[in-house]
Amino acid sequence: MDVRKLTLKQAIDGLSAGTFSAEELARSWLTTIRESDSALNSFVTLDEEYTLAQAREADRKRTSGEVLPLAGVPVAYKDIFCTQGLKTTACSKILGNFVPPYESTVTQKLKEAGAICLGKTNMDEFAMGSSNESSFFGPARNPWDTDRVPGGSSGGSAAAVAAGLAPAALGTDTGGSIRQPAAFCGITGMKPTYGRVSRRGIIAFASSLDQAGPMTRTAEDAAILLNHMCGRDPWDSTSSSEAVPDFTAELANSLKGKVLGLPKEYFAGELDSGIADALDAARKVLEQMGVTFREISLPHTHLAVPAYYVIAPAEASANLARYDGVRFGYRCENPQNLDDLYTRSRAEGFGEEVKRRILVGTYALSAGYYDAYYRKAQQIRRLIRDDFLKAFEEVDAIFCPTTPDVAFRLGEKTDDPVKMYQEDLFTIPVSLAGLPALSMPCGLVNGLPAGVQLVAPHFEESRLLNIAHQFQTETDWHTLQPGQKGA
Amino acid sequence: MQWEAVIGLEVHVQLATQSKIFSGAPTTFGAEPNTQACAIDLGMPGMLPVFNGKALEMAVRFGLAIGAHINKVSVFDRKNYFYPDLPKGYQISQLDHPIVETGHIDILLDNGETKRIGVTRAHLEEDAGKSLHEDFHGMTGIDLNRAGTPLLEIVSEPDLRSAKEAVAYLRKLHAIITYLGISDGDMSQGSMRCDCNVSVRPKGQTELGTRTEIKNVNSFRFVEKAINHEIERQIELIEDGGKVVQETRLYDSERDETRSMRSKEFANDYRYFPDPDLLPVEIDDAYIERIRETLPELPEAKQARFQSQYGLNATDASILAGSREQADYFEMAAEVAGDARLAANWVMGEVAKFLNQHDLDIGRCPVSAEALGQLIQRIRDNTISGKIAKDVFEAMWAGEGSADEIIDKRGLKQVTDTGAIEAIVDEVIANNAPQVEQYRASDDAKRGKLIGFFVGQVMKASKGKANPQLVNQVLRQKLDS
Repeated sequence: MDVRKLTLKQAIDGLSAGTFSAEELARSWLTTIRESDSALNSFVTLDEEYTLAQAREADRKRTSGEVLPLAGVPVAYKDIFCTQGLKTTACSKILGNFVPPYESTVTQKLKEAGAICLGKTNMDEFAMGSSNESSFFGPARNPWDTDRVPGGSSGGSAAAVAAGLAPAALGTDTGGSIRQPAAFCGITGMKPTYGRVSRRGIIAFASSLDQAGPMTRTAEDAAILLNHMCGRDPWDSTSSSEAVPDFTAELANSLKGKVLGLPKEYFAGELDSGIADALDAARKVLEQMGVTFREISLPHTHLAVPAYYVIAPAEASANLARYDGVRFGYRCENPQNLDDLYTRSRAEGFGEEVKRRILVGTYALSAGYYDAYYRKAQQIRRLIRDDFLKAFEEVDAIFCPTTPDVAFRLGEKTDDPVKMYQEDLFTIPVSLAGLPALSMPCGLVNGLPAGVQLVAPHFEESRLLNIAHQFQTETDWHTLQPGQKGA
Repeated sequence: MQWEAVIGLEVHVQLATQSKIFSGAPTTFGAEPNTQACAIDLGMPGMLPVFNGKALEMAVRFGLAIGAHINKVSVFDRKNYFYPDLPKGYQISQLDHPIVETGHIDILLDNGETKRIGVTRAHLEEDAGKSLHEDFHGMTGIDLNRAGTPLLEIVSEPDLRSAKEAVAYLRKLHAIITYLGISDGDMSQGSMRCDCNVSVRPKGQTELGTRTEIKNVNSFRFVEKAINHEIERQIELIEDGGKVVQETRLYDSERDETRSMRSKEFANDYRYFPDPDLLPVEIDDAYIERIRETLPELPEAKQARFQSQYGLNATDASILAGSREQADYFEMAAEVAGDARLAANWVMGEVAKFLNQHDLDIGRCPVSAEALGQLIQRIRDNTISGKIAKDVFEAMWAGEGSADEIIDKRGLKQVTDTGAIEAIVDEVIANNAPQVEQYRASDDAKRGKLIGFFVGQVMKASKGKANPQLVNQVLRQKLDS
């Protein structure tokens, strides 16, 4: 059975129709991964028995009449979600041997809905990166061109879904870590509203920004998966008690009369002309469906990247202090004393990018610098949020590029962190504002996918999924897979 | 030169919640190491703190009890530093927006005056674990049972001027927290730990001297000694031409001295910032009022009532109201005895003396308040004298039974039978002819003095059991006739 083209929806339908069993499905995907992943390095942990045992359990439940909505559906998890009994490393040497004794709330919810874990996917170390190159396990590669990066930090999840190695995957997004790799790999990826999805059991990068979301081929699949991820979690104080709708309910709604905003700051200098053309074409498709476009301004956009690179590292510097070699994770050989234990365990356990951000964050919080950096960044964050809220008084959602360019080559930006950080200039403002956003494919530029980003007001994920789904009923960019160039 | 000490206290009070401040793990003291720490307390990856509403309630109770301002929005911050018993690499505390601000605690001075001590703030935070350096042969053991235990850090204004005042403040604080039931206040188990900020200045000078901080002093007695020692050290230093260095010092109770801790300890930059895992704590007036309604009678109110209801003086009332347990003990004893004055004397006298000798607090007194009340009743109804009662109390303390049982068993019942007393008096008069003669030759004033000899003889002959008033009466009759 070739499962590469199967969507999540088709997998669910096939399972409930009895076209294939969960075990057959899981075996097919595991075989596909075995055959194809060496070129991509999208998975870092596979445990066939772990996966097959869950598949057999799903089949047993189905035979006994217990019908769960995602029964037997395999989903790949970014290696940042703690999975009970299955190694979870955040692709860092410092957690290289860490096997969590607990399950993250999101994966637990998916498990309760019947989903099975296909494996753990590659990522930038501690989700810090935009290219997957900071992974301790080596970079994942873009299936459209293996000399290029899949984006990051959820690069493994994006590459796996794009290459048909999984029908769906989970990612996390702090400054664009779902949307940017989704754009680079030509899939649909959504970052929900901050607070929609519990962060419990997700290894923290920047607590006020981290948010888990679905990475799928279609908007419909994203809606289906999201339906089983959200809700208030008593073990995450920042999770929202906002009612969780059926995210598939509005998919079929007409777009007639919808107003989308075009933020002029996003269509300025940094944007590649090929991507601009792809967005233009997408805009015409939507206009034909009854959408009107209006130019808007988000005047503080240019401050977002600098503010983000204070706030996120500051939070990270504290979040990563627990990796000290004392209780779990990597410990250096023969520590001579306490300071030696700390410094060598952390010096040997963390990669370069992680260390850079810990240093930046520590600096920004230091006595005498707090007001100049951290406090100022928080003020900017409020201004950026206000920009969006003001824009949403005029428009239903915002339409803009996900990335300034298509996937770049491995090594192209590793020597220039600031250039790498600029990769996320269109995704970071949305993260700082805590808004839901989605990236979906809208064309090819020199054979590489281009992504369009849709942004909605807080808790209006359904609106994004509606627009994306309607767009996908009129276009077939989302059905393209690597190796079918020009389709 | 005349010197004046300026003292401020920072007191960490462990709150008596069932579970920890940010997790569901239990807070019980004394369990096997690392059996009361869950994944959150251990700082495991992806685990998040969830604020325990009980700790909030207790902090608000304290704030209301000291007439403080309760902040309707308070914020948890991360205080960053590395230490093996600090699992997350930061402590969750409150810096800029504590739950309680600007209250006061009144203390009674030796001269009977009341002095108001300002309380700058009280904030919530989590405790760290413990590093165990013994028994690990060159290594350190870590026990994280205590990690995440809720603490209320109560910071006073530098209003205290002597070690005595500091102890009075601390005792009052102890009374308040135990009255409120927000802590067991057990200093020996670390439920109440005190950091003392001490500086000295020439009397009359308004500018403050350089202060030192004495960390973690864990008894009232040590607080007094540590502060006195530190004041002397600073004065001596300055008078010898030296300068006080701002530093953290440790009190060594065995040597009765303070010494400097490593300088590295206070060079820390804690890089506080608001904890993004926790939302600001928001409360409203209704919440505050609900808690206000549940406040018990507090030490000052109780002291005032003891004065008006029982006619006690301020000092006695203040001592008896010093702890909720002692106040309750006194009131119960007074009720059973039917005499509050006598009960007060006994609680502050024999009971306190025995407790002191055995290093017990009143909660563990082997003689219950009811039992003491019954003993006092026997004094009041002339069954025994006050002197005999002390022997009975000692026997009660030793567990020999109730007052009545002991009086009965030992035959201590006072002799009130006039006939029996007359017999003894006759015998004493017969055996002491010279003294009788002297008595009878004296005038009234002299007789008043001489009668004491005969009373003593009779009491001795009766083994203390004769009723002293009756003895007096009978003696007068017989000698004067």
